[in-house]
Amino acid sequence: MSFVTYLINGISLGSVYALIALGYTMVYGIAKMLNFAHGDVIMVGGFTCYTICSTMGMHPVLGVLISVVVCTVLGIVIEKIAYKPLRKASSSLAVLITAIGVSYLLQNVALLIFGANAKSFTSVVNVENINLFDGQISINGVTIVTIITCIVIMAVLMLFINKTKMGQAMLAVSEDKGAAQLMGVNVNGTISLTFAIGSALAAIAGVLMCSAYPSLTPYTGSMPGIKAFVAAVFGGIGSIPGAFIGGILLGVIQIFSQAYISSQMADAIVFAVLIVVLLVKPTGLLGKNIQEKV
Amino acid sequence: MKKTVRSNLITMGLVVAAYIIVQILIGTGNISSLMKGLLVPLCIYAILAVSLNLTVGILGELSLGHAGFMCIGAFSSAFFSKCMNMFVPGMPGGLRFFLAILIGAAAAGIFGILIGIPVLRLKGDYLAIVTLAFGEIIKNLINILYLGIDENGVHFSFKSSLDLHMEDSDKIIINGAMGITGTPNNSNFTIGVILLLITLFIVLNLVHSRDGRAIMAIRDNTIAAESVGIPVTKYKMMAFSISAALAGVAGVLYAHNLSTLTALPKNFGYNMSIMILVFVVLGGMGNIRGSMIAAVVLTLLPELLRGVVSDYRMLIYAIILIVMMLFNWAPACIEWRKKITATVKSKLSKNKTAKEV
Amino acid sequence: MAMLEVKNLSISFGGLRAVDDFHVTIENGCLYGLIGPNGAGKTTVFNLLTGVYKPDEGIITLDGTNITGKKTIEINRCGIARTFQNIRLFKELTVLENVKVGLHNHNYYGTLTGILRLPKYFRVEKQMNEEAMELLKVFDLADEADILAANLPYGKQRKLEIARALATKPKLLLLDEPAAGMNPNETQELMDTIRFVRKHFEMTILLIEHDMKLVSGICEELTVLNFGRVLCQGKTSDVLNNPEVIKAYLGE
Repeated sequence: MSFVTYLINGISLGSVYALIALGYTMVYGIAKMLNFAHGDVIMVGGFTCYTICSTMGMHPVLGVLISVVVCTVLGIVIEKIAYKPLRKASSSLAVLITAIGVSYLLQNVALLIFGANAKSFTSVVNVENINLFDGQISINGVTIVTIITCIVIMAVLMLFINKTKMGQAMLAVSEDKGAAQLMGVNVNGTISLTFAIGSALAAIAGVLMCSAYPSLTPYTGSMPGIKAFVAAVFGGIGSIPGAFIGGILLGVIQIFSQAYISSQMADAIVFAVLIVVLLVKPTGLLGKNIQEKV
Repeated sequence: MKKTVRSNLITMGLVVAAYIIVQILIGTGNISSLMKGLLVPLCIYAILAVSLNLTVGILGELSLGHAGFMCIGAFSSAFFSKCMNMFVPGMPGGLRFFLAILIGAAAAGIFGILIGIPVLRLKGDYLAIVTLAFGEIIKNLINILYLGIDENGVHFSFKSSLDLHMEDSDKIIINGAMGITGTPNNSNFTIGVILLLITLFIVLNLVHSRDGRAIMAIRDNTIAAESVGIPVTKYKMMAFSISAALAGVAGVLYAHNLSTLTALPKNFGYNMSIMILVFVVLGGMGNIRGSMIAAVVLTLLPELLRGVVSDYRMLIYAIILIVMMLFNWAPACIEWRKKITATVKSKLSKNKTAKEV
Repeated sequence: MAMLEVKNLSISFGGLRAVDDFHVTIENGCLYGLIGPNGAGKTTVFNLLTGVYKPDEGIITLDGTNITGKKTIEINRCGIARTFQNIRLFKELTVLENVKVGLHNHNYYGTLTGILRLPKYFRVEKQMNEEAMELLKVFDLADEADILAANLPYGKQRKLEIARALATKPKLLLLDEPAAGMNPNETQELMDTIRFVRKHFEMTILLIEHDMKLVSGICEELTVLNFGRVLCQGKTSDVLNNPEVIKAYLGE
């Protein structure tokens, strides 16, 4: 039965990765940049919720809502101030390095406010554990909420992108900014909206992640951010279902490696799987292959 | 031709001048112990920045795994030095260190080739994430590597020191997450500067040679390079492995500067790779001198800020980084800077003509 | 013997037969034109000849050597050099360096010789500089030798591409729309240059072009391509008077 437990844990962790990866992949699809600060937005979401719930003692739902709002605004502001001026820069590396600067900035602001010691995060999820097979398998309430949230969000995102005008505008901008502008799409607004959605997802992911793994430091978001990016690449960057599948697979692989091979090697195994996937399919599982025309 | 020679000499001259100034400061006692401790790391970062520029600026491929190659160089050379200390105690320190440098460079270079063969056909951000992944794997594996040598030969394990089945635990050389302890402290500022000069010599001369031209041609237009008969894979591998080998040299310097060598996220993780990339981009991609200067300035900056605003220093560092990137790269800023220089120039020339009249 | 002999060359992209049963024979020293409406598959033929694409069927023989299915760099070494429709220069290199990259395979010294600056380095570099300058003089680019290729005006960029291709010492030169984007004066000048290149380097040239004035002015023979198939082949004057060709160009 431990196999099933590991699988469920893997899917739970994978759902967190998937949530972050969804935001990452949307931002990448539209801005074509590795947003290294995305992971730190997760951390901001976690700390906001921590402040509202644990420090100020307010209701968890309020905590989640406020952290979503804070991160959404943060995402828009970061894009406007740090990334937008570099959109037409001669090298795409410029915005990458700026994103790294933003990442440092967020980490250090959090460090100044909250200090380096890990904060113990109180779970915002108040759902009973479910026991199956006479208690042989116990599923954590947080796990259930995380998985359901992830599936719902993915479905809503897919509907939003494929069925609404704004979603179609996003697709158009990610394909060709210039052409989209000529067709009357508000490019700046669309990009802002994408960052807003991506950051809101990061906030939710942050709260859920901290509920499942309750230790919170200024560097909490860094590694999950990288892992989520790996998940997004794994599934084919720019693809929403790809990010979902990549995230879930990554979580399952990580938990299984920890359980069956070696907990110290789990990260190495996750990265090795990424390398193998990319070598076999250079654009990820669901990615589109675009060849340069001669 | 002459212009490049002069530019190369200026770059190397800068290093020599800095070295002389620092030696004078040390001689007159005008340098704090904190600064003294930074001298070797400065050389290390400069070598790393110059070598990564070969991959990012000259070859035009984004690598986020540079710290991994540094890690290979550090551990292979420290392993060698410790073995020599144990089994050939009579070996002169200078010779041992010289060999250690060669071994560190060779080991990192070989890993560069091994990793380069599969990954260099990927492009852009995909290559970046795969090199990052390789860097993390290297760090991760070294953290769980146990390696010892005794009369019965070489023992190694990925589990624990007990699994080595060695009678004498003193002969464990690499002890998992505890790393390597007791590496001889051979690194010093003079050797660091010499290695930096050698690195500059190699990279600058490579860039201005037949092979360097081929590498830059691949960067500028791979399809055109192929059409004039440039073997693209060969030159990509060459640039990538030389870059890796030089990162290995920086690793050797690092390993022999500390008594305990461990593979932490801080020193060999992706954050380190990213920091080196920051030096390269800020100093100017393809601009060897610029990346060296950026490495020195950005390493000194937090330390200089330490005295002024200790709590806020990393925050200020982050802000400076963002502002500098915007200032250097944002098209609007570039436009604005051009305007300013144009007005300044026209004013100066007006003054000149006024005087002449 | 013919310089280039192509038989039964075909390639499909996802079910679409982009080039179908293409064949051509180009005699040594000939100035040959490949024309046809947009999307007829002219550039695809170039890409097949230079190994960018592997043909599904067909045999390509260059000066008696079968080069079918070889890689681009091998085909260049066998003696085909080309220019591109959308100019592909090494933009961050100087004009001189662009040509020196073309000379790469004809002037050798090792990596270590380059790094250690051994005497051979200086000898070979000097020779390369001289050769490259000679080529640049032919194309009237000698004065711009030290500026970046990206900063050249458009017409000169096209010329530099030809110079770079010639630096690889080909037997056959492929020019993909050399006059695209040029004004009549520049086109006239280009025609003179192409004629000069053919005579001076004793070169066989195959060119794709839309400018009928240029084609009828310098090409001795033509192949007309339409929907990936050869529509008509032969002496320039005959081809241009062929009613089918006129129909393909002007419609019914």
